[in-house]
Amino acid sequence: MAGHSHFSPANVEEHFEFSSEGKKRIIYGFIAGIVALIIGIYLLSKGESGGHEVAAAGHEAAKAGHEAANAGHEAAGHLSGGAASHQPAAEEHYDWTNRIWANVWLNAVFFTGISVIGMFFVSLQYLAKAGWSSVLKRVPEAFPKFLYITLPILLAVFFFKGDVIFHWMHHGVTEVGSENYDKIIAGKSGYLNKTFFIARLIGFGAIWLILWNMLRKKSLEEDLVGGTEIFTKLVRIGVAFIVIFGLSSSMFAWDWVMSIDTHWFSTMFGWYMFSSWHVTGLAIITLTVLLLKDKGYMSYVNENHLHDLGKFMFAFSIFWSYVWFSQFLLIYYANFPEETIYFLERWEGHNKIYKTSEILNILFNFFFPFLVLMTRDAKRTRIFLKIACFFIISGHYIDFYQMIMPGVLGPHGGYGLVEFGMLTAFSCAFIYVVSDELTKASLVAKNHPFLPEALHHDI
Amino acid sequence: MSSTNNYILGVYDDEDEVLHAVSEVKSKGIKIEEVYTPFPIHGLDTALGHARTRLPIAAFMFGCLGLVCAQALINYTMVFDWPMIIGGKDFFALPDWIPITFEGTVLFTAFGLVTTFCISNDLYPGKKPEILDIRITDDRFVMAINVDKNKKSAADIKKALKDSGAVEVNVK
Repeated sequence: MAGHSHFSPANVEEHFEFSSEGKKRIIYGFIAGIVALIIGIYLLSKGESGGHEVAAAGHEAAKAGHEAANAGHEAAGHLSGGAASHQPAAEEHYDWTNRIWANVWLNAVFFTGISVIGMFFVSLQYLAKAGWSSVLKRVPEAFPKFLYITLPILLAVFFFKGDVIFHWMHHGVTEVGSENYDKIIAGKSGYLNKTFFIARLIGFGAIWLILWNMLRKKSLEEDLVGGTEIFTKLVRIGVAFIVIFGLSSSMFAWDWVMSIDTHWFSTMFGWYMFSSWHVTGLAIITLTVLLLKDKGYMSYVNENHLHDLGKFMFAFSIFWSYVWFSQFLLIYYANFPEETIYFLERWEGHNKIYKTSEILNILFNFFFPFLVLMTRDAKRTRIFLKIACFFIISGHYIDFYQMIMPGVLGPHGGYGLVEFGMLTAFSCAFIYVVSDELTKASLVAKNHPFLPEALHHDI
Repeated sequence: MSSTNNYILGVYDDEDEVLHAVSEVKSKGIKIEEVYTPFPIHGLDTALGHARTRLPIAAFMFGCLGLVCAQALINYTMVFDWPMIIGGKDFFALPDWIPITFEGTVLFTAFGLVTTFCISNDLYPGKKPEILDIRITDDRFVMAINVDKNKKSAADIKKALKDSGAVEVNVK
C-alpha cells in the first residue's frame, strides 16, 4: 500500500554473495555441458563418416524421428520452387564439423542479445526517467559483462569459420568467371565483405562496451556520492546508447543472421531480431530477480515491480508475434518465390525437420505467454512468472535456431547432444559471469534519486 | 441520493489524511459508503476494501465474441456465400484473415468494455451529475457515510470523522 512500505533508501543496501557452493554448482554444470558437447561431437563424427546421420545419442524420441527420417537421403534435400538455386554451395562441401560452428554462432548471437538488452533496459529506464525500475536496475546492469566473452567468440568464429556460416563468404562467389560466381551476392558485396563486417562488429561492439563501462562506473559512483548530478549524466549515456543501439541492432541483425540466407532479405528483419532479443532479455531479468528473491535477497522488490516486469514480458511477447507475423504475412501474400523460399524451407523443406520447431516457436513465444500472463494475478504470482519466463527463454532459443540453422546446415540440422551441451555451457558461463558481476556492487542503487518512489511503488 | 438527508460527509483537505482517516474510521466499526477525490489516490481502493473490478473478465468475453464474429463474417462471405480466389490462395486462407480477426476482437472489446463500464456505473448520455459536494472536483476529499446502513448513531459518526482529521462534517 502506498506510503506504508517499511523500506527506505537507508535500510535497503545489501550485497549479493556468490557462495563457493553456487560457484561449484555452476562450474559442474558447465563441465556437464562440455562433456555432453564432446560426446555429441564424437557421435556426430561417427554418424556422418558412416554415411548415416544417427540421431545423436538417440535420447530424444521425437527428435530421433526427424533425424532418422533424415538419414541416408542427403541428396534429397530438395525443396519445391526455386530452392535448388538458393541452396548454398555448402550442400556439396558439407562437413560434419559445420554443426559445431553453427551452434557456437547460434549461442553467441543469442547470448550477445541477452547481454546487450541488459544495457538497453537500463538505458531505456533512464531515457524515460522511470522510477519503479530503480530497485532492480543493478540486475540488468550486470548483464553486458558477458559481451566480453560473446563478442570475441563471434569475431573468432567469423574470422576462422565464416565460410561455414555465410553463403556470401564462400570461395569465389563474387569473382567474375569463377564457377561459384553469384551475380546477386556480387551485387551485395559492397556491404557484405569481410573487412566491413569486421569493422562493424568491432566498431559497434566497442561502442557498446565503452558506453556500458561509462554507465557502470557512474552508477557505482552514485552509490558513494549521491545527489542528482550523476543521474543527469546517466540519462545522457542512456540516450547515446539508445541511438547507437537503434542503428547497430538492425545492422547486426542483417550481418549476423539475415546474411546467412544471402539471397533472401526482409526489411523487417532488424525489428524482428531486436524484438526476439528484447523479450528474452526481459524474461532473463525477471527470472534473475525472482531467483534472487528466492534466495532471500531483494525483499524490497514486491509484487508491484514483478507486475511491471510481467507486463513488459506480456507486451513484448505480443510485439514479437506482431513483427513475426507481419513479416510472414507480407511474404505469404506477395508470394514471390525468392521470398517465400525462406518460410518454405522452414516449413516443409529438408524433409520437414524444422517444422516442429517452427510450430513450437509460435506456441512458446505467442500463445503460452499470451495466455499465461494475461491476468493481473498471474503477473503478480512468482510461479506463473517463472513458467512464462521458461517458455519465453526456451521459445526464443528455438526462434534463433530457426533463423540460423536451416540456412547454415540445411538437411543436416537437428536437436542433439551438441545443441544441448553448447546451450548448457553458454548458459552456465552467462550465469557465472553475471553472478560475479552482481557481487561487485550493492544489489540496489541506494542513491538513485527515484529509489524512494520505487520502494513505495504501488499499482 | 442527494435529497435524503441520510449522508454524513467528512471533508478533508489532504490526500494522506483521508487515506489514514479511512482505516481509522473503519476500525471504529463504521461502514464507509464511498470516498470522493479530485484525483486517484494510490491504495485507497485497498483501504476501503472495495472488491476488485470484474471489467477484465468482461473484456476477455467481448474479445472472444469479437474473434468469433469476425471469423464468422469472413467465413460466411469468403467461403460459403461467394467463394473467391484471391492471389491463388485457398478459399479458407487463414493468415489473410488474422488482421481482420484482430480488428474485430479489438473493436468488440473496446465498445463492449465502454458500454459495460457505463451500465455498471449507471452512466448514460444526458445524465444529471449527482455530486455530494462540489468541491470534490477541486481540492477537497469527501468521505461519505450512509447513516441508514450503519448501526452507530449520527453523533458517533460525526465525532469519529472529526477525530480522524476532517476539516468539516456536513449532513446531506
